[in-house]
Amino acid sequence: MEMAIEVENLHFAWRTGMDPVLKIERLQVPRGDRVFIEGPSGSGKSTLLSLVAGVVVPQEGWIRVNGKQLNAMPGAARDRFRADQIGYIYQMFNLIPYLSIVENVTLPCRFSKIRRERAAGRNGDLIAEGTRLLKKLGLEARSFGNRSVTDLSVGQQQRVAAARALIGTPAIIIADEPTSALDAQHREAFIRLLFKECDREETTLVFVSHDTSLAGMFERQVRLADINVI
Amino acid sequence: MFVLALKSMYNRRLTTVLTVVSIALSVTLLLGVERIRTEARNSFSNTISGTDLIVGARSGPVQLLLYSVFRIGNATNNIGWQSYQAIAGHSQVKWTIPIALGDSHQGYRVMGTNTDYFEHFRFAGGRALEIASGRRFQGVFDAVLGSEVARALGYAVGDPIIIAHGAGKVSFIAHDDKPFTVVGILKPTGTPVDQTVHVRLEGYEAIHIDWKDGAPLPGRSISPERVLEMDLTPRAITAFLVGLNSRIATFGVQRQINQYPKEPLLAIMPGVALQELWDLIGVAEKALLAVSALAVVVGLSGMLVALMTSLNERRREMAILRSVGARPLHVFALILGESALLTLAGVVLGVGLLYGFLLAGQPLILARFGLFIAIGGLSSYEFMLTGIVCLAGGLVGIIPGIQIYRYSLADGMTIRI
Repeated sequence: MEMAIEVENLHFAWRTGMDPVLKIERLQVPRGDRVFIEGPSGSGKSTLLSLVAGVVVPQEGWIRVNGKQLNAMPGAARDRFRADQIGYIYQMFNLIPYLSIVENVTLPCRFSKIRRERAAGRNGDLIAEGTRLLKKLGLEARSFGNRSVTDLSVGQQQRVAAARALIGTPAIIIADEPTSALDAQHREAFIRLLFKECDREETTLVFVSHDTSLAGMFERQVRLADINVI
Repeated sequence: MFVLALKSMYNRRLTTVLTVVSIALSVTLLLGVERIRTEARNSFSNTISGTDLIVGARSGPVQLLLYSVFRIGNATNNIGWQSYQAIAGHSQVKWTIPIALGDSHQGYRVMGTNTDYFEHFRFAGGRALEIASGRRFQGVFDAVLGSEVARALGYAVGDPIIIAHGAGKVSFIAHDDKPFTVVGILKPTGTPVDQTVHVRLEGYEAIHIDWKDGAPLPGRSISPERVLEMDLTPRAITAFLVGLNSRIATFGVQRQINQYPKEPLLAIMPGVALQELWDLIGVAEKALLAVSALAVVVGLSGMLVALMTSLNERRREMAILRSVGARPLHVFALILGESALLTLAGVVLGVGLLYGFLLAGQPLILARFGLFIAIGGLSSYEFMLTGIVCLAGGLVGIIPGIQIYRYSLADGMTIRI
């Protein structure tokens, strides 16, 4: 089975000499899987996501994402890798306030040629593709007109963020507590929408939350406390 | 990235506009001071031309230059008519222009002279005086006005004017028993000539003939009709300009005048005295330039403060940009580009303001100070100044740029607020 994420004997501290925050002997996420990573805040979840996104590299061990050994790549190459391969959804405040809704969605295409071509290829142009994705996620971009993204409800903002993560079909979507600002009803609906879009492109979904009630929706669950040997 | 920087700035448009305006004002101040400085020099240098020597009672060269040519300040003493006649008759002297000062009309200086003034006076690299309307003075009570006097006071040929005693704007004693008539108005020259009322030396003598020691003699008023029958040869003049047959003789004649035995006189070369004046003013000019340079520093500091305070709230923005693939260098460039744009906009607006002020201020400065400020393109020195400001603005942007670069490395994907 091809792996989307492989980690072995990984050792990470924010600064050398400081106590390590992560020590993972082994973690494997198959391609196309939907994995739920669970752990209380402060358990190193965000750090793990930073490693997967290639923003930081481990001091020891190795991490391979979509076949690329990130710890052996220089910073600029990792930035390009992230732009091309990874869609990221934050807990909240995902959007850039001075860009329009569609501009927020198409933002990754400014930094990745691959995603720009893929997104434009499907629909002819980026704006149409952004609008299409928004519509899939239940947002009619036209009805919002030129309204500022800050006027949207939190739930709507998260759907815009999801559309941004999905545009240009990156290999992996990383979602860092994307539902914690939503109420229970919207939470499940949001996750289902995310699943549906990920399934179509066989995108791997890494979903991090402290809320174990959601874990049942995922085919694979990982407790960070179980794999982190610190 | 450029589009992002523009949109980000538009999002913070109030601070952006305020920052640009503060930079623009400081640039306007800097260029304005520089412009006034050079134009004042040009204007001063253009005031007199072709005169080899200026002669007055013994005082300082700068003082003599100021009161005789620029109508600034007053003479301490006069020159006797006989001394003037003696020097005017010197074999090397080609022409002289006598100057009598001391009275005024509505704050404008009244200068007594003769028709040699119209023949020989030159300014701005050899231009001669021209009459716009009317004619030169002939009669004792004829007056020829500088263009600014006529314009400001609304005089036309034929109007009567009354000369006041003393050079102040407000005078308590007027020569109202002997009014003058405007017979001619000069074309604008951009020099103090525009601010001057010209009359004949005899006219000056006539209005003071029944005066003694600076006050009218009580009960001895002489009517204008009677005064014309009297001997109106001046007793004294204030200064005179000298043109020589040969420039080579300048030093010799100057020495002879300075050693004139019958009266203490001072002869100066206008160029040398002007240089002395620059040396005197130079210190003040440097101080002014330093102050305006400081204003630019203040303007750029304002930008630095605005950028630094915006950084914290923009850490989130930067983390989002990082998450979609922006490199730390992108983030750095975003901030640097913003400071460069702000500075550039400030400089462009500043130059625009400068020309606006110059256009609006040109007539005022001419009227108030007799300085003609030519409105030309930016000089190479001014280009250099604006270049330095742009460069400094770019350098200032490096500070928040490095800060955000470090933030984006340290924060990684986490959003810290």
